[in-house]
Amino acid sequence: MSDYQTFEHDVLVIGAGGAGLSAAVKASAAGVKVAVVSKSLLGKAHTVMAEGGMAAAMGNVDDRDNWKVHFADTMRGGQYLNNWRMAQLHAQEAPDRVRELEQWGAIFDRTKEGKILQRNFGGHRYPRLAHVGDRTGLEMIRTLQDHGIHQGIDFHMEVTILTLLMDAGRVVGAFGYDRERGRFRIFRANAIILATGGIGRAYKITSNSWEYTADGHALAYRAGAELLDMEFVQFHPTGMVWPPSVRGILVTEGVRGEGGVLRNKDGKRFMFEDIPANYKGQTADNEEEGWRYTQGDKEARRPPELLTRDHVARCIQREVREGRGSPHGGVFLDIAWIKERIPNAPDHIKRKLPSMYHQFKQLGDIDITKEAMEVGPTTHYMMGGVKVDAESQMSKVPGLFAAGECGAGLHGANRLGGNSLSDLLVFGHRAGQFAAKWAKEHTGGSVNNAQVEEAAREALAPFDREGGESPYAVHHDLQDLMQNLVGIVRVQKEMEQAVEGLQKLRARAEKVHVHGNREYNNGWHMAMDLPNMIEASEMIARSAIERKESRGAHFRDDFPDKTAEGASFNSIIKRGSNGEQVLERVPVTEMTAELKQIIEEMK
Amino acid sequence: MATATFKIWRGERGGGGYQDYTTEVTEGMVVLDAVHQIQAADANDLSVRWNCKAGKCGSCSAEINGKPRLMCMTRLNTLDLNGPVTVEPMKTFPHVKDLVTDVSWNYKVKEGIKKFKSDPNRAWNAQQADVDRPQEFRKCIECFLCQDVCHVLREHGLHDEFIGPRFFVYSAALEMNPFDSDDRLADLKDTQGIGYCNITKCCTQVCPEEIKITDNAIIPLKERVVDEFYDPLGKLFKIFR
Repeated sequence: MSDYQTFEHDVLVIGAGGAGLSAAVKASAAGVKVAVVSKSLLGKAHTVMAEGGMAAAMGNVDDRDNWKVHFADTMRGGQYLNNWRMAQLHAQEAPDRVRELEQWGAIFDRTKEGKILQRNFGGHRYPRLAHVGDRTGLEMIRTLQDHGIHQGIDFHMEVTILTLLMDAGRVVGAFGYDRERGRFRIFRANAIILATGGIGRAYKITSNSWEYTADGHALAYRAGAELLDMEFVQFHPTGMVWPPSVRGILVTEGVRGEGGVLRNKDGKRFMFEDIPANYKGQTADNEEEGWRYTQGDKEARRPPELLTRDHVARCIQREVREGRGSPHGGVFLDIAWIKERIPNAPDHIKRKLPSMYHQFKQLGDIDITKEAMEVGPTTHYMMGGVKVDAESQMSKVPGLFAAGECGAGLHGANRLGGNSLSDLLVFGHRAGQFAAKWAKEHTGGSVNNAQVEEAAREALAPFDREGGESPYAVHHDLQDLMQNLVGIVRVQKEMEQAVEGLQKLRARAEKVHVHGNREYNNGWHMAMDLPNMIEASEMIARSAIERKESRGAHFRDDFPDKTAEGASFNSIIKRGSNGEQVLERVPVTEMTAELKQIIEEMK
Repeated sequence: MATATFKIWRGERGGGGYQDYTTEVTEGMVVLDAVHQIQAADANDLSVRWNCKAGKCGSCSAEINGKPRLMCMTRLNTLDLNGPVTVEPMKTFPHVKDLVTDVSWNYKVKEGIKKFKSDPNRAWNAQQADVDRPQEFRKCIECFLCQDVCHVLREHGLHDEFIGPRFFVYSAALEMNPFDSDDRLADLKDTQGIGYCNITKCCTQVCPEEIKITDNAIIPLKERVVDEFYDPLGKLFKIFR
């Protein structure tokens, strides 16, 4: 046996964002020994960047809301490719999870009656997002962190997992290294929960932090899991576009929820011109009604700025392409205009959107209480990921679970804003619960020494190669390729080019050279992240080629309409016997009669 | 093409020295962009800790021209680029490599503070005005710049007796949380060293979240400690109550 430091646990959680921490807290509460490994320090995961809130049908602001409405909204937003059972569980359990967070110390904004305040968001029929100003993700991660550190969980900060250790088809642990010293570590565990987040760093313009390198997607794939819905990448409509160094940083949908409007260079509210048929009935057809909606008028319908993200992003893209964009290639997002409607608007804006005020002031020299922001689409969220069982979150690989963004199913073809934070809580909770149960029932299994040695050798190879190129150069080219060829608007030929280009990048990534030693070496870390991003990028391109229609976040210029066939299947990718990606279609399963009826009633 | 020179600390475990790097400057750049450009072009193994690059995670703390700041929120157009810009690691924590320090002490300190404990007799109901103040404290992104600048830690190294501004803010958030029912005043006085703070407000000045650390968190905690333990009239009042 290798003499690498070995840690023994029942459940290992990879990732310390909202899903990972929820899972760890729940698993440890079930009485098993839990460890969390994270690439960053505790409390720094990408969850901190979530702004708008967590969707939960608590009905605190509008008592017409309930889980059925939330379920129907989620399915409509996902264009009915969602795993309906997950959408049901999510809608039913989110309110309890939000209350639990409060009981662990979170302090939400309040209604006049003293209850948790809820705000409007795109695609949600009623004000549904429990929030704390525009820093809800920070509140969530800090609450889970401050609660979790007292639960007897072992935290391994700044550790990267390189491979999952397998024994006779089941997971028995993971192998990785600590980023500070570069020393290898073995983590033995009966169950593993992937909570590694998304893939955004494969794109050039993204709201995602450096950690989002598809680690969970790639680890699961190599271990034999199925990857679902990989063609669906969400481009958030509003990222910063200027100055260049901040391009892609998120501008919360909350701006529009609070009354912010989108205009082109001619000052026109272009969103009124393109309202999809299935949203016509619940969307305002004039500016006055839209404004009343944002101010809580229950009789009013929501403004078209609050249509789903996929649609808003494409409308913005169209304005820019047709020459009606803002000076730096975006459109205008204006919240300052509300001074025409309410007294003390600047103070109101600063109180409701403090981070946005701060962000634009400091990074863009723009005072959002006085002038409009420039915004454009940015890679934001991965709907696709590890295919899991709805109840337990276990993948096809025994003992391997996935929760949060790296899991898939809940969001279908497009995620609604606010459904991510609640997803992390609901399915993090479930994954923790079921992984603990699994771990108790499935002990034993042994670590394969040859697998460990092979992984160690591969990890160290970039130090020994002479003449290889820098991992940063390969990453740069990957980001350009994905941005240009598999972005918001897709066509067959470009995506085929992408698949070809990815093979070349794969070969280059296998030959990169890193300088220096193993101590906190960012270049080496990048070399380890690259194969994961390339693997996931290829899955995105291949699934996108296969879906010859436009649906949700997946838009094809050569097939601009939805098809009946497209509504009938989900895409799955798994690893073939020669290591190649194998694509399959699986039929969409039929909903229960009860759920069908809910969808019908909510139309 | 405009360029600027950065004097970046290179070395391991306290050793090393400044190294000069020149890189291109474009509109809107922040210090972290410059460090990344240098890392990609000239120094692949340059160590820097960062995450969100949007001032929300508090990972990229460093000392820029001697001032504790977030690299991702320091615009180059606010610095004098005629001379070199100095970028070095925080001094209050053990050095790891280049710009990275070992901040694990902070995580240990937090574990020693009594966690949130709800009041079983209280309904989960509160007015916004009652949560405004703890919400201010909960804006903290744990960048530890306040810990870095605090002379009690930085000059006097009292890490064993003093928890630092970050954890006074943390304690204040708990003490002022309307749903919390625990009492942390004795700990603040006896083992957490609140008395060492002589309210020079350096922490408030460097806070990227603009939390009024001294005025809104530390001074009210000091007052509560005084009321609880040092007020002779108050003591009498308690006896005869």
